[in-house]
Amino acid sequence: MLNTFSLKTVLISSAAALTIAGQAYAYEPARSAECIAPANPGGGWDFTCRSVGKVLVDLDYIKGNVQTVNMSGAGGGVAFAHTISKRAKDDNLIVAASTATTTRLAQGQFPGMNADQVKWVGTLGADYGIIAVGKDSKYTSLTQVMEALKKDPSSVKFAGGSASGGWDHLKVLMTAQKANVEKLPQVRYLAFSGGSEALVQVVGGHVDAFTGDISEVKGFMDSGDLRVLAVLSEQRLPAPFDAIPTAMEQGIDSIAPNWRGFYVPGDASADSYDWWVNTVDELYETQEWKDVMTKNGLIPFHKSGADFTQFVKNQTLEIRTLSQDIGLIK
Amino acid sequence: MDTMSLLMNGFAVALTPESIMFAVIGAILGTLIGALPGLGPANGVAILIPLAFSLGLSPTSSLILLTSVYAGAMYGGRISSILLNIPGDEPAMMTCLDGYPMALKGKAAEALAISAIASFIGSFIATIGLVILAPILAKFALKFGPAEYFALFALAFATLGGITGKNQFKTLMAAAIGLMIASVGIDISTGVQRFTFNTLELFEGVDFIIAIVGLFAISELLFFLERHAGDGLKQVAINKLKLSPKDIIKVLPASFRGAVLGFVAGVLPGAGASLGSFISYTLEKRVSDKDGTFGKGDARGVAAPEAGNNGAASGALVPMLTLGVPGSGTTAVLLAMLISLNISPGPMLFQQNADLVWGVIAAMFVGNLVLLLLNIPMVGIFVRLLSIPPKYLMPVVTLIASVGIYSVSHSALDLYFMVGFGVLGYIFRKVDIPLVPIILGMLLGPEMEKSLRHALVLSDGDWTALFNSGLSMGLWTVAILGLVLPIIVGPIVRAKMSKSKAATKED
Repeated sequence: MLNTFSLKTVLISSAAALTIAGQAYAYEPARSAECIAPANPGGGWDFTCRSVGKVLVDLDYIKGNVQTVNMSGAGGGVAFAHTISKRAKDDNLIVAASTATTTRLAQGQFPGMNADQVKWVGTLGADYGIIAVGKDSKYTSLTQVMEALKKDPSSVKFAGGSASGGWDHLKVLMTAQKANVEKLPQVRYLAFSGGSEALVQVVGGHVDAFTGDISEVKGFMDSGDLRVLAVLSEQRLPAPFDAIPTAMEQGIDSIAPNWRGFYVPGDASADSYDWWVNTVDELYETQEWKDVMTKNGLIPFHKSGADFTQFVKNQTLEIRTLSQDIGLIK
Repeated sequence: MDTMSLLMNGFAVALTPESIMFAVIGAILGTLIGALPGLGPANGVAILIPLAFSLGLSPTSSLILLTSVYAGAMYGGRISSILLNIPGDEPAMMTCLDGYPMALKGKAAEALAISAIASFIGSFIATIGLVILAPILAKFALKFGPAEYFALFALAFATLGGITGKNQFKTLMAAAIGLMIASVGIDISTGVQRFTFNTLELFEGVDFIIAIVGLFAISELLFFLERHAGDGLKQVAINKLKLSPKDIIKVLPASFRGAVLGFVAGVLPGAGASLGSFISYTLEKRVSDKDGTFGKGDARGVAAPEAGNNGAASGALVPMLTLGVPGSGTTAVLLAMLISLNISPGPMLFQQNADLVWGVIAAMFVGNLVLLLLNIPMVGIFVRLLSIPPKYLMPVVTLIASVGIYSVSHSALDLYFMVGFGVLGYIFRKVDIPLVPIILGMLLGPEMEKSLRHALVLSDGDWTALFNSGLSMGLWTVAILGLVLPIIVGPIVRAKMSKSKAATKED
């Protein structure tokens, strides 16, 4: 009896499980999907599309292939406009995004567009912000830099790889704001066309401090030319970066993850959106994706669905307020 | 790691089957491009950039392909100089002086072989020079702050016209057009959009790859259309090669002198390959021409300028790779390519992309050997290719250019821009406005503006900061010399160049 009963139970429960699994998503992904990388081949967005596309296919989430389409222009603006105007109902399209996307949305640099026009799926890792100085610098901690800024906001000059008002610039301002530095608009920032160009200037002793992401500094950190004063994360990063103190340890409550993630078109069906959110959740847990992260220096950072949407909203609002405070936008 | 072991690592990259394949393809295409009159090295590289993009090549492979094209074009230029008395490209002009007379004497095969050997020696010595000089300069480049960079860019613009440049005013105008185009898009120092009229496609500015392909490749097409793109060209027949070791030994000193002079001319900003071959030829004439045989088919007169222009071609890569300031038109195009591949030239290149740089340098040695092998036994094939009617060639070129440009960004607007630049290029060439300064303006303008602003932010608005270091003062001095000298020396050099050419024709 017991046997029959348990067998029955197993049968019923597994049948039920199968039904649930089968019904969870009325949406079935098409044979192939498309991932728009809003930049030329070789950059971060291109990497996001290609690596996620590969893992999705390798693990059979998508039966056919995930085609990466490069659509550069306006720092993601061209792809954003394309998505909301021409692909609004496309269930098989994902678009790579990062903090650069929210920054531009917040500052109104995609004219007439805002974050509510698309659905935010989730993130698959992040690159954390850091603040560093050359090896001969007189500063040995972030606190000292902030004290100097409090006395004279233009006494420490920062170099970074984004345009003025871009993410690298904002990181400095956000940190300074948290450290109660006044007169933020007077903090000097030198914009370079890439992190490595800015680094050379700091290592060469021409500019005081560097603001960028952890992935950019490994070479000069290992050679001893660069002293990383703080990483802008909640906890210390995994090895080999575990010796770097966080800003929070130094009493400055500044966190700046440059996340890597996706959005889908605003009118994509609810079912397809759920499928993508769930797939991103599952993908994030797989060994394959963990290997991709380790290999490319991505640090764990995962949010998805409603959670991520709220995060994007908060980040956009925070950046907008800050940009208004320092007079970047009206 | 020292230079030798880095170079050995480079050979490990350059000797993979893939790299060798691209070196061979580049060498063949380059020679062909160089041989066709009108299609110079800058055009050749410009046409093939989209090809590299549409094939989705890795940065290393793309660069190996394009540097081989560059070197090949330098080799190929001599073929039409010798057989048609029309230089395949400007630097091959001096090769006409003794090459064509040799061909008329029934020694075309010897002239081609000797010039190939001289080209090999020129490239080989200059590549060694590059290996020695580049890492030194790259270390030195850490000393460059914003003020020094600003002086360096000023120098690059001041020497744009070059010693052989004809019309400084038109050069200046072309550079200004380039600067104007460059100012479209986001201004990174303030984050403000300039001249974009709320058109999203313009927010990142005008892509210089599109400008390059349009200005060089598409305008070339329009020129061919105008000439009715008809027939191949008539040429001197080729004899059977009879070359003794004695003949080769006779031209060796001339080749070595030419190579060294060419390299130096190439490294100096603004001088370039044309001047390299000119100086090599005139010096050789002064040193060796005791019997007055120069200009009448003297083998040494073929060897010296060929070694010179190939040496200059490799030399011009030194400032491009180490400082990000191109020494010639073709290196400007290569620089644009590097930037598009997300690789910023300059001191960081040697630290962050050591594999790539040394791989490419090693590939230059490999490519050079390939070129020598291709150009002696197989020169007959290139000679035959020379008679391919352009009406078959040009559509292929246009197709490659369009597919390549479209595959980069998937934007039809880019294609309109490309055609627009093509028409602009056609008009400019008609009225003798040089195209290279436009590209340099687009490439260097934003950098120069950025350096100036940075220097001023660092000094809190004090303009004297621009002249504060010995390095920047040195650069300013050279810049001023570069601007003033051509006005004084230029007419003399040009008169000499045309005189030696005229003298040959009278004989």
